[in-house]
Amino acid sequence: MNGFLAILQRDLRLALRQGADSVMVVAFFIVTTTLFPFGVGPEVNILARIASGVIWVSALLAAMLSLERVFQADYEDGTLELLTLSPVSLELLILGKVLAHWLTTGLPLIIAAPLMAVMLNMDQDGFVTLMIAMLLGTPALSLIGAIGAALILGARRGGVLVSLLVLPLYIPVLIFGAGAVEAALLGISATAQLQIMAAILLLTLAAAPFATAHAVRQAME
Amino acid sequence: MADFSGSDLTCLRGERLVFGGLSFSAKSGDAVMLRGRNGAGKSSLLRLMAGLVAPRSGDLRWNGENIAEDRTAHHARTHYLGHQDAIKPVLTVRDNLRLWGQLRGVRDLEPAIDRALTALQIHHLARVTGRYLSSGQKRRTALARVLIGHSDLWLLDEPTVGLDRESCAELAQLITEFRGRGGIVVYSTHIDLDVESPTILDLDDFAIPMVEWLAEQDELEDMAPTKRAASSQEAAQ
Repeated sequence: MNGFLAILQRDLRLALRQGADSVMVVAFFIVTTTLFPFGVGPEVNILARIASGVIWVSALLAAMLSLERVFQADYEDGTLELLTLSPVSLELLILGKVLAHWLTTGLPLIIAAPLMAVMLNMDQDGFVTLMIAMLLGTPALSLIGAIGAALILGARRGGVLVSLLVLPLYIPVLIFGAGAVEAALLGISATAQLQIMAAILLLTLAAAPFATAHAVRQAME
Repeated sequence: MADFSGSDLTCLRGERLVFGGLSFSAKSGDAVMLRGRNGAGKSSLLRLMAGLVAPRSGDLRWNGENIAEDRTAHHARTHYLGHQDAIKPVLTVRDNLRLWGQLRGVRDLEPAIDRALTALQIHHLARVTGRYLSSGQKRRTALARVLIGHSDLWLLDEPTVGLDRESCAELAQLITEFRGRGGIVVYSTHIDLDVESPTILDLDDFAIPMVEWLAEQDELEDMAPTKRAASSQEAAQ
């Protein structure tokens, strides 16, 4: 547990000192979302109709943007090698790194999402559900993304590769995330969708650290 | 009294056979110096010893127990210094070292970091961030990590790179002290590090041509199990 806290603390400190990552992810999210009204046209009803989908797709892309850096810097400067060799289990350390990644990229997205919902004229009935769905969905995105980020270690043009690997795996989160908000907007209970999202989160929480650790060890060979 | 040994190690990197049939043995207080031309497999052997890579064949044993069986225990007793210094440019020297101490569960970490910094004469750099360190200072910071927390085995891959003559003498002194405490050191270096009577392991002696090795493998596979048993009996006789 100390190892988990130690790596979490260090990654948060690194993110704080470098800063740019969180800001960039949120900025990307806002810019992407803003593009839609320009493309679709300023028809308020259409925007309200597509709002939840637009927010989720933008969030997915923004979350993916920062993935490449989860392990890349540590891989390049030899830190990852030493983490693999530390007496703390690599799975736990990876969980710490993923939590740090979520706190610095996922959490800001959740905070920015309602603002974008207002801009897209989403009915306010959907706001709470949107935030709960994102609270359940974004950690799963970070966990799944970590597997992709570890798999591309050592590959050239990893950024493109990681999107090809990870985006298809994001689809369930997108379907149920957007579905939950849709349901709330229609005045139906969104419990079923949210429960499935919680299930996805638990599943990835249990499986992703092991898959990621395996990929990291593979990269050390 | 600890004992670290490897028997009949073969290392395959990609398509290339680095070395084969390598055996060594070291006891508490021993130093093993790896020698060999570039690409002879000094780094590969150290990575095998650290448990970072698994050998293609053969095994590594600590006190008779295969290191692959309890990796956590092996990692806890080993300090590995690779080519890279693993120093974050935005963190101070002290913050950089703190993580490794925390991961090892070192008690009284701050005094331990102070001692390590003093031993490598970089205490005045404790609050300097990584980006302002010279390559020699980075190397010393990486060496300071090796001094934090208890360990029985040091695996040092070219520890002298970037170090000046004075620091090399200090490093030799640290190695001597560590051996005095019963530690085992395995290191590779291109310059003469003043370490007292190291066992020399020349990796050039274990370079075997790929063709020969493949032929040997094929022979083993071609042999029927009974035939293989028979031939091993023959060999025993």
